[in-house]
Amino acid sequence: MNQGETKKLQSRPLWSIYGEKALEILIKVSGISAIIFVFAIFFFIFREAFPVLSSPNFHLKEFLFSSEWYPTSAVNVRYGTFALTVGTFSVTALAMVIAVPFGIGAAIFISEFCGKRLKETLKITIELLAAIPSVVWGFIGLTIMSKLITQFTGAPVGVNVLNGGIILALMSLPIIVSIGEDALKAVPDTYREASLALGATRWQMIRRVLLPAAKNGLLAAVLLGIGRAVGETMAVLMATGHAVHIPHGLLDSVRTLTANIAAELGEAPERSEHYQVLFLTGVLLFCITFVINITADFVIRGIKRKQ
Amino acid sequence: MNDTPQNLFVETAFVRRKKRQETVAKSIFLVMSIAMIIPLLLIVSYLVVKAYPSLSLEFLLDVPRKGMTEGGIWPAFIGTIYLVALSLAVSAPIGVMAGIYLNEYAKDNWLNRIINLAVINLAGVPSIVHALFGLGAFVYAAKFGCSIISASLTLAIMTLPVIIASTREALASVPMNFREACWNVGATRWQTIRRIVLPNSIGGILTGVILQVSRSAGETAPIMFTGAVFYKAVERGDLFPYTLDGQCMALSMHLYTLATQVPNVSESVPFATAVVLLGTVLLVNATAIIIRTLIRSKKKW
Repeated sequence: MNQGETKKLQSRPLWSIYGEKALEILIKVSGISAIIFVFAIFFFIFREAFPVLSSPNFHLKEFLFSSEWYPTSAVNVRYGTFALTVGTFSVTALAMVIAVPFGIGAAIFISEFCGKRLKETLKITIELLAAIPSVVWGFIGLTIMSKLITQFTGAPVGVNVLNGGIILALMSLPIIVSIGEDALKAVPDTYREASLALGATRWQMIRRVLLPAAKNGLLAAVLLGIGRAVGETMAVLMATGHAVHIPHGLLDSVRTLTANIAAELGEAPERSEHYQVLFLTGVLLFCITFVINITADFVIRGIKRKQ
Repeated sequence: MNDTPQNLFVETAFVRRKKRQETVAKSIFLVMSIAMIIPLLLIVSYLVVKAYPSLSLEFLLDVPRKGMTEGGIWPAFIGTIYLVALSLAVSAPIGVMAGIYLNEYAKDNWLNRIINLAVINLAGVPSIVHALFGLGAFVYAAKFGCSIISASLTLAIMTLPVIIASTREALASVPMNFREACWNVGATRWQTIRRIVLPNSIGGILTGVILQVSRSAGETAPIMFTGAVFYKAVERGDLFPYTLDGQCMALSMHLYTLATQVPNVSESVPFATAVVLLGTVLLVNATAIIIRTLIRSKKKW
């Protein structure tokens, strides 16, 4: 093709062609931005935390496995986050004990038992439930739930593991229900029809066919619920009380990793060791949720490939 | 048991047990679903009842008085609007373009897979970790200081996945043959997106943007250390009380402060603040739901 023919083919002005190219590059950069942001998050948090790793007061083993957290002590500085980790997981575990059966149950009801109108209504309600800000949940825990707990259990303080667990359960329910419902919806209708044609009732079909077929998706739903509960900050900050120790019962106050950062970052002088340890706690949290989310994604992807 | 044709259709004990189990299972699941909704209704109505003595237009427009124990929430309300608007201005273009890239340009290769993982992770990073990032990156490294800019940039990055996910979903719902028809008449990829794909998915994208607004209005942890303050003196009804390089109050932060830091608050004030915050967020979400329903009912394909 010679020069003249190429010119004839170009019916659009040059600026439009280059403009389009530039725009497409911009679009591609935005597409990659998510990767950049994830790395930037890790980089900037780790950069603030880094100096403390070489400090004589800091030992990695103590950081992970000691429950002695005395960051501001003058003579006996200790940075052990084990009690905080236990706090996080005790509240999360309680939340899951409550939320998983209810969440999966509701997902089954929405996907298998109810009519179209009711289904739409329930889904919208779940969406609104998911939209309630965490600080409002925290406020509910602090005012309503703590009053109820002191009344019914006779505990001296209402802000404790039980309170945080209930609040977190309510908060992670929507995600469990909606992902769980997606998982059930992904089971092909032929499975249902085959099972019903054999004379099974719906419940038998759900128990023997649907649940085994959708178990990976349901697992992913639970994992994402756990991720949400572990990362929640304001609600647990307000609802679990502020005691840095390993809890012995449901009515003990605890402090979680997230709440600890929120509560102490304001008081820690900039670039002090205490401040750097808090950032290191952030790195720890980032890694925990990273692992949970990646696992959930692999579980979901595993199902998609099988189909 | 004799299997004569008549008896085949008679209920046996086995069938009755089967049906009973079915009814029990169904009602258990129904109760579980209801158990999810009842607390929501109870909580909301309790909040409204408690807040009732303070709720009025005056509460919204007035400034906090007597060490925040009385008065209204105007500075916090306007501060939230500042933060939401600025974070929206940053995250909406990036998020929509990222969604376009992922749905229209990206091939199914390793890069695309990594981007997907990154989006999922960005959505899963705890809000307090975003706060640490905002503090390290915007407040200190970029030297923006504790300011509205730092806080809104933090919010923008945090809510990016919301917009990316809903844009992708909206674009994916446009049928492939629309695009093919357009390519066949000689349009380029971008022309197709501009003239065919975007007009057909704008409602879905808008829904995502609205959800971003509701999410960023409610967040507290990311703005706590990057730009929100407990108290700032503001004139009553002043529409432009803040500068972008200064700090501001925010509704979510104000609720946290009232609930935990301020002694002797008159009881209905924090409840009323909670109701205003909850009401704003739910109203915004309801708008998104209504728009989505309207689009669905109007869909031509």
